[in-house]
Amino acid sequence: MEEVVEKLRQRFDSGILHVEQAYDFPVVVIAKQSLIDVLTFLKNDPDMGFSFLTTLCGLHIPGFEGGEFGMMYQLHNLPKNRRLRIKTYMAENDLDVPTVSNLWPTANWMERQEYDFFGFNFVGHPDLRRILNMDEMNYHPLRKQYPLEDLGKHDKDDKMFGR
Amino acid sequence: MSEFQTQVLEKEYTTLNLGPTHPATHGIFQNVLQMDGEIIVSNEPTIGYIHRAFEKLAERRPYNQIAPITDRLNYCSAPINNMGWHMTVEKLIGCEVPKRAQYIRVIIMELARIADHIICDSVIGVDTGALSGFLYIFQEREHIYEIFEEVCGARLTTNTGRIGGMERDFSPKAWEKLEYFVKHFPEKLQEFENLLLRNRIFMDRTINVGAISAERALAYGFTGPNLRAAGVDYDVRVMNPYSSYEDFIFDIPVGTNGDTYDRFMVRLEEMKQSLSIIKQAMKNMPDGPIHADVPEFYLPPKEDVYSKMEALIYQFKIVMGEMGVPKGEVYHAVEGGNGELGFYLISDGGRTPFRLHFRRPCFIYYQAYPEMIKGSMLSDAILTMSSMNVIAGELDA
Repeated sequence: MEEVVEKLRQRFDSGILHVEQAYDFPVVVIAKQSLIDVLTFLKNDPDMGFSFLTTLCGLHIPGFEGGEFGMMYQLHNLPKNRRLRIKTYMAENDLDVPTVSNLWPTANWMERQEYDFFGFNFVGHPDLRRILNMDEMNYHPLRKQYPLEDLGKHDKDDKMFGR
Repeated sequence: MSEFQTQVLEKEYTTLNLGPTHPATHGIFQNVLQMDGEIIVSNEPTIGYIHRAFEKLAERRPYNQIAPITDRLNYCSAPINNMGWHMTVEKLIGCEVPKRAQYIRVIIMELARIADHIICDSVIGVDTGALSGFLYIFQEREHIYEIFEEVCGARLTTNTGRIGGMERDFSPKAWEKLEYFVKHFPEKLQEFENLLLRNRIFMDRTINVGAISAERALAYGFTGPNLRAAGVDYDVRVMNPYSSYEDFIFDIPVGTNGDTYDRFMVRLEEMKQSLSIIKQAMKNMPDGPIHADVPEFYLPPKEDVYSKMEALIYQFKIVMGEMGVPKGEVYHAVEGGNGELGFYLISDGGRTPFRLHFRRPCFIYYQAYPEMIKGSMLSDAILTMSSMNVIAGELDA
């Protein structure tokens, strides 16, 4: 795994912001500008061979200055059984993310889902519509500012434990 | 040439609304088909009819209360989802589950896999017009559900297992039912196989229907039996063994064409392999505790709660959802009935997950459906869907 990270560092010097090991998973945090280059390299370079996109998902971290939103991509090199997680963070006012649906067709619905729930704008996505929620919905429900339950309700207030 | 011959006739396609509640789709799926006669030209699937916002719900629930949510993902094999979730939390808190609990989990998960594959395979039969196989083999699914009932009290949405192990050991009655099942299932499966496997009509209806190549399947993120039917031997149980799967000897069946018949065959063979795993687990069942020593996460026995202060405190804390979960970010995948079922969990040390993302195999491979049925007949499209085993609960989460 070190060689993969080493090669990424060599090639995308300033694009690689941070490398860590999260349990059994190597995590590479990259700058958003180099996202598509890094993913293309990881997919197409024969030494890398991360040709399988396991999943991707969005993150909302209110209070993380300049990185309120994030995207996570999990890649899998099936022949060598290597897994890698790529993360990138972006500011609240700049939710444009380049699409990876031209690299992996499977990203099409995954990105639609993250658009639906977080409001990322996947630039170049062929069909960026809501997927699980109804089209008339005017907000992105997985953002942290939307509480799960209706705030107007008081019957579920827990006075004893304050939640 | 006459005027008639040079005239280009305007061609019109028929729009056909298949679903949302069409009896042949086994769930709430809407497909707006453009039909050229009986041939499908294009398909626009709409999903989300039973969306229940599990990822949002999970952000409000303590860790032990998320297990019932996972039941409702792929409800045909709920125990696999439960165990997958427990293992994710165990990975996060760094808890090693005793061997006996792991083996019990393997038995339950493999039973669930058999139940899942029974549904899928028999429904392929139903969609080709062969109802008898379905009727015969569903008795065996009933036996599996009776075992689940004996183990955890529930049949479909089991909520079985706990963080740190199992909630209880197999009772003598459960062992008895398990032994009965293991003894009688092979002949029942053989009977089912005889009805369909070399059945001329069944073969004509399924071979080269809804085929997908290995390259396209990988590009679409297929996992599980559907990917293996296309010829890729990727199985999470072998590649990233969890819950002691490395102790068992079993084969991973693969197909060649990736068509409906191959998907049927892969699932059929997987049932036999699952049965062999269950037999091995029963034979080599180790002794020992059924849960790890994690009092912060595993409910203490009731008699201790009423007599010991410490147990009472832990009981209270767990029930109120005040478990000391460390900060961290973890991904754990299990081989679900339909493929790699992944849980991506971020904990900020609070009482609920900060973010929980489910990698749901159905959701990911269902997007290949329009491509797979393009140019085929409507009746084949129905078969393709049932052979892909698209479960609405997992699709819509």
